[in-house]
Amino acid sequence: MTAESGIGASVRRKEDRRFITGNGRYTDDLNRPGQTYAFFVRSPHAHARIKRVDTAKAAKMPGVVAVFTGKDVADSKVGGLICGWLIKSKDGSPHKAPPHPIIALDTVRHVGDQVAVVIGETLSQARDAAEQVQVDYEVLPAVIDPKDAAAKGAAQVHADAPGNLCYDWELGDKAATEAAFAKAHHVAKLDLVNNRLIPNAMEPRAAVAEYDFGTDSYTVWSTSQNPHVLKLLLCAFVLQVPEHKMRVIAPDVGGGFGSKIFNYPEETVCTWASKQIRRPVKWTAERSESFLTDAHGRDHVTHVELALDKDGKFLAMRVDTYANLGAYLSTFATSVPTYLYAPLLAGPYTTPQLYIEVKGVFTHTTPVDAYRGAGRPEATYLLERIVETAAREMKIDPAELRRRNFIPPDAFPYQTPVIQQYDIGNYHASLDKALEMIDYKGFPARRAQSEKKGKRRGIGFSSYIEACGIAPSAAVGALGGGVGLWESGQVRFNPTGSVTIHTGSHSHGQGHETTFAQIVADKLGVPIENIEVVHGDTDKTAFGMGTYGSRSLAVGGSAIVKACDKIVAKAKKIAAHMLEAAVEDIEHERGVFKVSGTDKSVNIAQIAFSAYVPHNYPADVEPGLDETAFYDPLNFSFPAGTHICEVEVDPDTGIVEIAKWVAVDDFGTVINPMVVEGQVHGGIAQGVGQALLETCVYDKQSGQLLTGSYMDYCMPRADNLPSFEVGMTTTPSPLNPLGVKGCGEAGAIAAPPALINAVTDALGIKHLDMPASPEKVWRAAQASRPRMAAE
Amino acid sequence: MYAFNYHRPGSLAEAAKLIAANAEAKLLAGGQTLIPTLKQRLAQPGDVIDLGGIAELKGIKVEGGNVVVGAMTRHGEVAASAEVRKAIPALAALAGGIGDPQVRNLGTIGGSIANSDPAADYPAAALGLGATIHTSKRQIPADKFFTGMFETALEEGEIIVKVAFPAPKRAAYQKFENPASRYAIVGVMVAETANGVRVAVTGAAPSVFRWTEAEAALGKSFAAGALDGLKAKADGLNADIHASAEYRAHLIGVMARRAVAACG
Ligand SMILES: Cc1cc2nc3c(=O)[nH]c(=O)nc-3n(C[C@H](O)[C@H](O)[C@H](O)COP(=O)(O)OP(=O)(O)OC[C@H]3O[C@@H](n4cnc5c(N)ncnc54)[C@H](O)[C@@H]3O)c2cc1C
Repeated sequence: MTAESGIGASVRRKEDRRFITGNGRYTDDLNRPGQTYAFFVRSPHAHARIKRVDTAKAAKMPGVVAVFTGKDVADSKVGGLICGWLIKSKDGSPHKAPPHPIIALDTVRHVGDQVAVVIGETLSQARDAAEQVQVDYEVLPAVIDPKDAAAKGAAQVHADAPGNLCYDWELGDKAATEAAFAKAHHVAKLDLVNNRLIPNAMEPRAAVAEYDFGTDSYTVWSTSQNPHVLKLLLCAFVLQVPEHKMRVIAPDVGGGFGSKIFNYPEETVCTWASKQIRRPVKWTAERSESFLTDAHGRDHVTHVELALDKDGKFLAMRVDTYANLGAYLSTFATSVPTYLYAPLLAGPYTTPQLYIEVKGVFTHTTPVDAYRGAGRPEATYLLERIVETAAREMKIDPAELRRRNFIPPDAFPYQTPVIQQYDIGNYHASLDKALEMIDYKGFPARRAQSEKKGKRRGIGFSSYIEACGIAPSAAVGALGGGVGLWESGQVRFNPTGSVTIHTGSHSHGQGHETTFAQIVADKLGVPIENIEVVHGDTDKTAFGMGTYGSRSLAVGGSAIVKACDKIVAKAKKIAAHMLEAAVEDIEHERGVFKVSGTDKSVNIAQIAFSAYVPHNYPADVEPGLDETAFYDPLNFSFPAGTHICEVEVDPDTGIVEIAKWVAVDDFGTVINPMVVEGQVHGGIAQGVGQALLETCVYDKQSGQLLTGSYMDYCMPRADNLPSFEVGMTTTPSPLNPLGVKGCGEAGAIAAPPALINAVTDALGIKHLDMPASPEKVWRAAQASRPRMAAE
Repeated sequence: MYAFNYHRPGSLAEAAKLIAANAEAKLLAGGQTLIPTLKQRLAQPGDVIDLGGIAELKGIKVEGGNVVVGAMTRHGEVAASAEVRKAIPALAALAGGIGDPQVRNLGTIGGSIANSDPAADYPAAALGLGATIHTSKRQIPADKFFTGMFETALEEGEIIVKVAFPAPKRAAYQKFENPASRYAIVGVMVAETANGVRVAVTGAAPSVFRWTEAEAALGKSFAAGALDGLKAKADGLNADIHASAEYRAHLIGVMARRAVAACG
């Protein structure tokens, strides 16, 4: 039975029954008795002083329950939102953390900044009244681009962050890097932009907050990837509510991609307001609000240089990045372009010296924070673009150049010069397999074929590494992180032998309800249909850290394994009693407990029954079969692999068509291949989105969001994508009990450089900033000549 | 959405009476443009007159060499119609390339041309094929119908009843889609008609227009090569974050050549 449903089986997702029959339960599906509706008045300006907010007329509109402004919030002593990762600048000073009020007080700093909230009996009434809130603005100049913002004379976002600088951070050995550059045979250089993205989860953010006067406690339903963390932030940092007086529930959540990790103003306002008016308050973002207020991703401007010796061995790399943090610091904003970015720049290579400088910059734009990959896509794009550039400039085959610089498979554990110690990997294996799958040798012939049709064909490589399973709490603490990053897992047997698993992580598309059940099915031999996974409710599950950074399985899954171990240890004692044998003589395999060397056995269901109906039971064992474990990982895990794609460019129109895509990933042990493949497909689609289609554009003068709807913000669609060929190589992680590494972000990390390498190869040009949109590609095609097939 | 009074007349005469009595009222066809506008509170009509209950506005007929499409005919019906596919395959293909299935199952030809969106497809069909727009008051040749960005020759209270497309000898439509919205950045309808070659361009300018230089060149020789060296002018063309005027001008040439080639 476990063979079909245990580790390694492509079990159909248990959660799909409710999702594909329309029975999912999302935050907006919830309605509470006496519920009111919040509608936010938002700034139409990127930067303005608020001279006056007049709510008198709005307050008199029909159905209005209350109107609150920034002053009301400030008067009730509510704190601002916090950023949970302390970054120290080169000079040792802490990053600048300007106030982040949940409703703007005297200044608005991006289009969409909230200025007031109207709470009404119905949403329409709240909205009608919101139009009557009169705000007098004194419009001020705005700055959008991170490099412009750091320049002299730029408009200032916060008085307490001079030069708009949040931090000026560095990593690596500057002197050693300079020395290596001085000896270089060749230096490849590149200036590039990692384009800003808008997350676009299918389900918009939402919250329902309810205050119970009788118990003086709150219940908050919210679209959160990490309800416990949200609760901690709301209670201990913003609203000053004791933690035992709040319950946060994240029911079904329709995608997050990082954007639902954070503590936002809206759910905070709803929670606060529910006590002011003593009624439940509901808010659901409209799609336009999602565009304007969900934390955006990426937005780096970077100069990179790679030093090589005459054989193409990497000697050193130096990087200078301006990272746009937006108008305020979102929950983990400071960490994304620093510790989640720079340590990854060693990549799968033996580069002995790296020096990275990052300036975190405030601008009059929506806050920027983690988005699928969070720092690693930025690092991988940079690294794989400069490696490709070096290969072309030195006329070394790009696969060969990578091979020459890969960390050899026998060099693990491998300490990079930038913090990370890689546990295990085999980068040659995935490159070789990918080359074979794409038929690299056949590429010149395919290029010649394309040219016959008047098209230009290119091939692009991306050998990536990423860090998942965030992370050992002590290591994170040493780098400035404000939280622990362990996970909890509970395995609770019911008297009749079925199991309820409680996890502190959260599923919003990842398939935990299936894969976590597979772990228990595999370890304890319980039929998968007898296992239920409970997550997302702070009152039901032990404290946990939630889902992001491809950590759920490596950390949360490991906690469940540890809980299973505890179950087995206790079950052995009960089995020994039942079988009248010594505990030492009990062998366990997949739920069957046997007296060794005999055919006497009991199964886990019989043991569970005995544990709950302990009529004939060992005197020194507690009744019940219910174990909880907390697991703190020993290290990050390091998935790696190679993606190769081929594109055909139409030089007449600039349209790029993806002709082939090969992905070979090493995720360690795979629990459910189908789920993993789905994650890879989705990740690549998002990476293709960034490289070909998506980009967030603000008007540089006015700061207006020009891509504020799907009319202008281009999401990837099925017809933009080829049929992916997915392969695997496997080196199980030695550092967690499952040997898993994480697969949620790999596609989004690997895909963009593969595509831009292919497009620039097709066009015979050095570089083109993402997205490779038709006009840009057309212009580049006009300026470059077709390559000869032999080149 | 603000509150409004909803009307659902059963006949054209009744609809005409309702709209005549209330100049501020809005006609509702497929709602694919009007409903989002109302939801975003960009319009506040006191009355909305739904044309969905009027049988005389619906359906497709082929009469005397004309394909006549009722104003309330959905894009999906035109795309799937065997009669249209036979008489003017380019028209069926154009309708089949509008938006997505949901939009095609609701959006109507009347709503599309009344709206005269600079990036819409149907205006290229109407102008390129030399259609005649029949309204509740008169008949308007397509050449006189599209007067500007979101502007038409329709008078207040005038209702489109049907659109008559004379079947051409051959015709083809090529569309370069906006990658995000999938409306036309440039769409070109090329038709060889009884009255000469017509080339209509949508998406590129504030309103659909005829590319007369191309018509002249194709009039001499109906082959893609006849357009070689002919460049549309970038002056006055639209420019946005997706495409500059220069790029649009270039695409007009590419799409026109491809359309001629597709005519076979
Ligand atoms: C997601 C999306 C994608 C789209 N993509 C495309 C595309 O690729 N190409 C394209 O061409 N279009 C596209 N459209 C537009 C769509 O095809 C409709 O044609 C268009 O919205 C108008 O038609 P409707 O029937 O929905 O009209 P409505 O929205 O109901 O009305 C539009 C306007 O026309 C007026 N009107 C309607 N009928 C009449 C009539 N009989 N007489 C006089 N006035 C009338 C209305 O009063 C209103 O002002 C898209 C729309 C959406 C929502």
